[in-house]
Amino acid sequence: MSNILNGKVAVVTGGSRGIGKAVSQKLASLGANIAVIYSGNDSAARNVEEYCEKNYGIKARTYKCDVSNFTEVKETIAKIKTDFGTVHILINNAGITKDGLAAMMSEEDFDRVLEVNLKGAFNMIRHTAGLFIRNREGCVVNISSVAGLIGNAGQCNYAASKAGLIGLTKTIAKELAPKGVRCNAVAPGFIVTDMTETHADNPLLKMIPLGHMGDVEDVAEAVSYLVTAKYVTGEVLRVDGGIAM
Amino acid sequence: MYFDAIAKIVSERTGCDISTIKPESKFSELGIDSLDTVELLMNLEDEIGIEIELDQKVETIDDLDKFIQSKQG
Repeated sequence: MSNILNGKVAVVTGGSRGIGKAVSQKLASLGANIAVIYSGNDSAARNVEEYCEKNYGIKARTYKCDVSNFTEVKETIAKIKTDFGTVHILINNAGITKDGLAAMMSEEDFDRVLEVNLKGAFNMIRHTAGLFIRNREGCVVNISSVAGLIGNAGQCNYAASKAGLIGLTKTIAKELAPKGVRCNAVAPGFIVTDMTETHADNPLLKMIPLGHMGDVEDVAEAVSYLVTAKYVTGEVLRVDGGIAM
Repeated sequence: MYFDAIAKIVSERTGCDISTIKPESKFSELGIDSLDTVELLMNLEDEIGIEIELDQKVETIDDLDKFIQSKQG
């Protein structure tokens, strides 16, 4: 089990912190080589690279890239192809929040969240699909959110982007299934990360059936399941302590 | 002109006689769908040593040939 992803190349967006960091480390622990895409935190990204190489003996590299930029993603995937030869696994995890009530939200805040969270995932799939098709294998996991399933007041942009990811997931699953490429989504609930610090006093926390927030490792576990589940595609796996059941 | 290279790959892939493939042959008639043409082009990259991204639908062998030539120019 521990080397089930030996020789595979996994690209993880937003891979320097939070859920992306845990996913990078989990896939590395299963033997995958890791390309970490990050937006700004150079030292955090390098730490993930060093940790994965040192602890799991795999190859890891970091790439600074704004996933919302079509051309930048294209160039980054070309670099990854040069460094690693190909790509087998894509984890679209990069995401931002710019919370506010819809009635008061600026156009910029709405657009930017959609650009990074939804278009970013499309950009990544757009530029790796050719490699998957050529390899006749590939696996995409999009990190959605329970906000995309049940909504969340104050997050219309974020919830819309995460719901959009589910439509993207199911469509890619259908389009690429004939080529042996799978696409699934994970919908985390409240997970302890920098991004959810502001939710510490959210009344919704009291409504989690399991009674507490989840850890990034819980999400990474679900991602690794979907990466290795050969007969599962187009699925949305909630990792939410039961809040959206 | 990339007709010969395209015809070679198509015949290898579909098992059809290469002499039956004409410039006006439609991919759909050769049993190749639009997703297959993406794969075809990636295989062509190895064959003719160029890197091209298919960003439009091509219907016939000649369409693909012309598309590659336009990206070369």
